[in-house]
Amino acid sequence: MTLSLPSAPAAGTPMTTGKTARLSERLTDRLAVLWWVPRGIIFGLMAFFIFGPLFNMLLWTVAEKWYFPHTLPLQYGFSSWEKVFAPRGGALDSLANSLLVAVLTVIVSLLLAIPSGYALARLKLPARSLILLAFLIPQAFPNLTVYVNVARIFYEIGLNGTVPGVVLVHVSHGLVYAVWIATAAFSAIDGELEQAARNIGAGALRAFRDITLPLAAPGLIASAIFVFLESLDEFTGSYFVGAPDVNMLPLLLYTAGAGGNYQVASITALLLLIPSLLFMMIVERFLKADVLSRVGH
Amino acid sequence: MSGGSLFRRGETNHPLGTKSMSSKRLLGLLLVLPALLVIVVLFIIPLILSAVGAFKVDGAFGLGNFVKTFELYTQDIVFTLLITGLSTILIGAASVAIGGYLTLGEHPRAVAILKFLYRWPMFIPFIVVGQILRTFLAKNGMMNNVAIELGLTTPLDAVSLLDWRGIVIAFVWKQTPFVALLVSGAMASLNRDTIEAARNLGASRLRVLVEIIVPQVAMTLTVGLVLSFVTMMSVLSVPLMINAQSPTMLTADIAFRVNSYGDYGVANALGIVSLVLASSVAWIYLRASMKERA
Repeated sequence: MTLSLPSAPAAGTPMTTGKTARLSERLTDRLAVLWWVPRGIIFGLMAFFIFGPLFNMLLWTVAEKWYFPHTLPLQYGFSSWEKVFAPRGGALDSLANSLLVAVLTVIVSLLLAIPSGYALARLKLPARSLILLAFLIPQAFPNLTVYVNVARIFYEIGLNGTVPGVVLVHVSHGLVYAVWIATAAFSAIDGELEQAARNIGAGALRAFRDITLPLAAPGLIASAIFVFLESLDEFTGSYFVGAPDVNMLPLLLYTAGAGGNYQVASITALLLLIPSLLFMMIVERFLKADVLSRVGH
Repeated sequence: MSGGSLFRRGETNHPLGTKSMSSKRLLGLLLVLPALLVIVVLFIIPLILSAVGAFKVDGAFGLGNFVKTFELYTQDIVFTLLITGLSTILIGAASVAIGGYLTLGEHPRAVAILKFLYRWPMFIPFIVVGQILRTFLAKNGMMNNVAIELGLTTPLDAVSLLDWRGIVIAFVWKQTPFVALLVSGAMASLNRDTIEAARNLGASRLRVLVEIIVPQVAMTLTVGLVLSFVTMMSVLSVPLMINAQSPTMLTADIAFRVNSYGDYGVANALGIVSLVLASSVAWIYLRASMKERA
């Protein structure tokens, strides 16, 4: 580093010093360029392992014929797409169901998470860590056996095989993201702003609505994104509580893949991927470092 | 809008927010209650039902299900713990490396490239991860095909990675970006003065990362890894799609027990075993967070 600094020789210094300095500067530049070799190898490998599987999936969506040991499909075409999107293909139904359930799950989760997050961030709560941990429980237990029991209860009260039933299961699963991120979002806001609004006469609800809620909005949107994707991704609960009356995309993907129909499975996978990738590109706008560093605290 | 009415209640309860601690606590509990109730009704009660079911054999209480579980599935219990533990270690190492480079990297273009690259798998659903890695890692998958094209291996020597390695790869592939995002966020919000000071005193970047940065983000790293651990313990689609033969993960065993035998007793007992494994890890988080608050 220090070698490259004295590039312009001061007046009066012998020419040789300037020459050496320039030479060594060029040398450090060369060496800096050389660093791109290990960087290139590491980034190249990362790119291959990240985009390779995705590209492989894209190939499967248009592969008509592809078997070992051929590196690429032998024949390309869109016949699988026609099959999937045919009126009786089931994909459109599953897509509509998946989106409906995900949107409802987000709404219910936020209605529950906003008051909880505010309380966990601002008010002194007994056993706060335990309460935070309670929301983790649905993620901490292999939910398979739990959903079997949920399905039995739902069956008795007529919720099995209905959209509200699936939404409730997804809410219980997604609440950990909603509550934890909402808590972090509220604790990242300076409490004095709300206090100032209260001091000039705003009620608690008004101060919350006009000051705290807008400031927490980016974090809350981020938590909504997580809940939405969690719902879209959810497979086990949808299988036991929803199927066969409420068909969802993950179920379609699973049955197609299990049946060896990699084309239909890959097309369904692509349908599930698009919202995920879209959200990935915008999530950083909403999830700032000050909120991120408080998640789970 | 139950939230709205609860807030209005708070309004009358403590006009300036300086009312006694107990009414503030009550308000707080009231605000948390609806969400907690959802967890209790939709998860904890069914969980208790399944725990009771685990100890029930033909209508009477007993340990028969657990005897059968350990007889049949001890290997899978160890397998699950090893797979999840190994994946957690790899995820932790990779996310510290990524976060560290994003924080300390001196070449802006290299940092930008890494930032662009690492996040892609984060929001890809597990079931999609299972599907795309199944086709990627198979004997005739793209990974082997590229290796064959490059002359690194031959069609005869190509190995399928669809066993424990495939599960580990799938978990690391999917979970690393999530932990790395949390960790790099925490690193970015650190005070840069100590980092700069250590760098000026001649500490290498690796040393700054290990001795100054990682201790300060340890809590966030732990949270991310605990969340990943329990997520991996609960995922059914990845083991089913990548490696459903023995030995496999407990989730696949539970599904098999229910689907093939209708044997809820052993399935519930397997569920209890994974609960014990997962909650021992959650305990680490709880202790760490208690220590930080103390």
